[in-house]
Amino acid sequence: MKYVVALILGLVTGAALFALGLLYNPFVADRSLSPLSVTRAETIALNFSPVPSESIVFTNDGEKIHAPNPEKVLQLWEAPIRRTSAMVSLMRDARGESAGVGIKFSSTSERTRLFSGKALTDSVWYIYLPERGSMFIQQTENYWQFLRQVAFPAWRSSGNNWRGTWLGNLTSGPNALGTARVVGGSGSFRGLEMEAVESLTVDAFSADVGFVAADGQLIIALPMQPMSEQPD
Amino acid sequence: MLKTFFIGVVLGLVAAAGALYAVPAVDQVREASVVLVAPNGGNFESFHANIPMDRVMVGAAGQEQPLPPGLDWPVDEALAGVRTEVFKIRNARDAVVGVAVRTAAQREDENVIDWVLHLPARGSMFVTMDALPQEGGHRLGEIRDGSREFAPLSGFVSERWVADTSGEEDAPLGRIELTATYVGQLEPLDPPESVE
Repeated sequence: MKYVVALILGLVTGAALFALGLLYNPFVADRSLSPLSVTRAETIALNFSPVPSESIVFTNDGEKIHAPNPEKVLQLWEAPIRRTSAMVSLMRDARGESAGVGIKFSSTSERTRLFSGKALTDSVWYIYLPERGSMFIQQTENYWQFLRQVAFPAWRSSGNNWRGTWLGNLTSGPNALGTARVVGGSGSFRGLEMEAVESLTVDAFSADVGFVAADGQLIIALPMQPMSEQPD
Repeated sequence: MLKTFFIGVVLGLVAAAGALYAVPAVDQVREASVVLVAPNGGNFESFHANIPMDRVMVGAAGQEQPLPPGLDWPVDEALAGVRTEVFKIRNARDAVVGVAVRTAAQREDENVIDWVLHLPARGSMFVTMDALPQEGGHRLGEIRDGSREFAPLSGFVSERWVADTSGEEDAPLGRIELTATYVGQLEPLDPPESVE
């Protein structure tokens, strides 16, 4: 009997060691530097709040930690969209003034591989800026570092929350440098192909209700002008 | 006994690694696609949103009865001519397969009508519609970009309002019907093997 108990204890310890190794795997790269931080192209910065209660509308299947807002919004409970969330947000420019409206659809990705530090989400943004036009952003986001450095410590803490300052780039593709693909639809963006990076700054997170204090930012790099069109 | 414990530890490590490797962390539910072959080439697929059941949000200035109830649409002069609607979208079998956003906006130089369709198990597509409807009331648009399954596709989307005529008590008022016509990218054929 004691051998069976020892074997079960060993199994549990082994599984726990594996989970710890996964969480603190030093071989998973932490991409904290945005590929667009060194670009010479003109960029547009759009800020938004990822906190559901601060967005215009946020909805999901109603069973995740982020509660839908407003409370009576239609929920995405049907099986094919149960792992999807929709957020409508006011987009602000770098000066904090409203620049337009952004709608983000996010779905957990089937390409998620926790083994190699990939907690992936396939997401798209539709952004309409009245003064400039519309654009479509498609990206793969990796939340692994966020889960490791914010969500897990929040879950582990006695108060189920985390406070601090965490800044991370979420975008990990589909472009070669790990940037999002952006296509312009109308206005001055019409016909343009651009790239973007979405980042998140978290100041407070709760394992019960999700984001408490956080800011999101999209940096969109406009296409570089050909050398012949650049001023001397 | 210590030896048994260490064997258990190794087995636990292997079992956890094997389980994580073999069992997918995410398995999206996928409705079988209803894609038909068009007689003149390409494929087409029909989506629709039943109104009002599938309408998630109507974002526009000055609504007396906002949808969803409690919606606080920003009072901003810049958004005065913008109407954004979010829907659940269904396939030809009336099963919900995704979500979509339609934005209509009046600009000084052009009117904008854009759709983004997001089908979690397949990908997304971005469609820009003509501002003016065709004869018969439908509107045509072009697939500008797509992700994953839709990335290599181009084509057109038509949008039309189909009023319900069934007269059933719980029937929708009608539906917004979107018919996507896909054209794949031409791929070069493999060169014929030389016959020696």
